Amino acid sequence: MILDIIVAVLLVSGGAFCFVAGLGLVRMQDVYLRMHAATKAATLGTGLILAGVAVYFAEVATEIRALIAIVFLVITAPVAAHMIGRTAYKNRVPMWEGTTIDEWDGQVPPRADPSPTHSERTSK
Amino acid sequence: MIDLGLGLVGWATAVCLVLVILGMALGFVRMLLGPTLPDRVVGLDMLTVLMVAFAAAYAIAVDETAFLDVAIVLALVGFLGTVAFARYADRRAAEDEAAGKTHPTEEHRQ
Repeated sequence: MILDIIVAVLLVSGGAFCFVAGLGLVRMQDVYLRMHAATKAATLGTGLILAGVAVYFAEVATEIRALIAIVFLVITAPVAAHMIGRTAYKNRVPMWEGTTIDEWDGQVPPRADPSPTHSERTSK
Repeated sequence: MIDLGLGLVGWATAVCLVLVILGMALGFVRMLLGPTLPDRVVGLDMLTVLMVAFAAAYAIAVDETAFLDVAIVLALVGFLGTVAFARYADRRAAEDEAAGKTHPTEEHRQ
């Protein structure tokens, strides 16, 4: 019974975080703010739901698989968000006018990938 | 509350599935609206994460642990897809700059 309550709380709160992530994705002002909602809230919501699954199926094999899924999400979500954010900044996606700090200050840094682009290769 | 014979966990699972589906719908709205390519990649990234959540909740709904494997594989493939899309957007911006277009994303390209 207590386990049922724990599972129910984990599932509903996880679902609520997933919904809030979608809400933030639609309502936030620019890419960088939207990424903040999508990455953190969606990862936390999914992690809570997976924790609920681990509690519900009280067997070691399932709990380990849920734990692997959580660990994998927590490792990959920041990497993916970092790549999207760097790409957006290099693409000069405009920031919201309320943004106060831009540490690169409009100077797009040199590309991390110095290999020639496709059009450079084909133009020779 | 109407008694559908679901029990506490059954109701919690139903509410959770509905909330996740609403979140996926909002993420899909962002994917359709854009306005830039990184916006769409962010929406796609969140859609795959929410698909993992849906698979996990569905494992409880049908009492079948095999859907947890689906969740793990979806997390793997979704991460690869996001990284590939980010690389693609980066490379296309480099090509546009090499072709002499300044500020490539300011005219909300598709």
